[in-house]
Amino acid sequence: MDRNVTNRVSYTLSSTLESVNRAESIAAETAARVGFSEDDQSNIAMAVREAAINAVLHGNAYDPEKKVFVVYERTGDALVITITDQGKGLDPDNLPDPLAPENLMKGSGRGIFLIRAFMDEVKFRKKQPGTEITLIKHLGRSAANEEEPQ
Amino acid sequence: MTMKANSRQVNGVTVVDMSGRITLGEGSVVLRDTIRDLLSKGQKKILLNLGNVTYIDSSGIGELVSAFTSVRNQGGELKLLNLTKKVHDLLQITKLYTVFDIKDDETAAVGAFK
Repeated sequence: MDRNVTNRVSYTLSSTLESVNRAESIAAETAARVGFSEDDQSNIAMAVREAAINAVLHGNAYDPEKKVFVVYERTGDALVITITDQGKGLDPDNLPDPLAPENLMKGSGRGIFLIRAFMDEVKFRKKQPGTEITLIKHLGRSAANEEEPQ
Repeated sequence: MTMKANSRQVNGVTVVDMSGRITLGEGSVVLRDTIRDLLSKGQKKILLNLGNVTYIDSSGIGELVSAFTSVRNQGGELKLLNLTKKVHDLLQITKLYTVFDIKDDETAAVGAFK
């Protein structure tokens, strides 16, 4: 694929587990098409899965009236995926550290940690209502773990 | 891919051969129900064979942690066997690799139960 080409595809999904699986599958297919390695394809798909779980489960709380909006965009050397819910909002600066000894054996709270581990950049934006999370992965970077300052 | 869990007995240890994806929804539920069922039968030495588990998400990781805690709280032991590279890496970055007792040989793993 020409690195200068911009491609943008958007989906409006219902707040269901099927939507989580669909967002993940599309991410894997898109990452493969863009030219990411198999490891990166898997990591991108997992990050999107975790973000979609947050949107469906914690954001929209499976509310059938609320939607999840997913945009996959190829810009320059990057794949940019934006996932937006219509929930009550999320404060990314006040999430428990899942690596802290007191949290290590908890049964939840690792989703955003994994997203940050697998993507090059992760940005959050409050919406009215809801949360928008933007996941960015650059081609040609191996196991980068950088994050934009909030 | 559907999650499957088949149990067998080896020298007093219950080996659970798992395959598929341990993810939010069916996969995590299968794991939870399997552990609950084994504990209700008094089977507290459990070796989870993850050799054919292709994928685990954060929910699945949480379910593994919950399984470990449930078994330990009942005086039992839960060990993991045959991690794929992907699952191995996930447990590394979540700092859970040293929490679980992880084996790569079934005979040695069964022999390691107290």
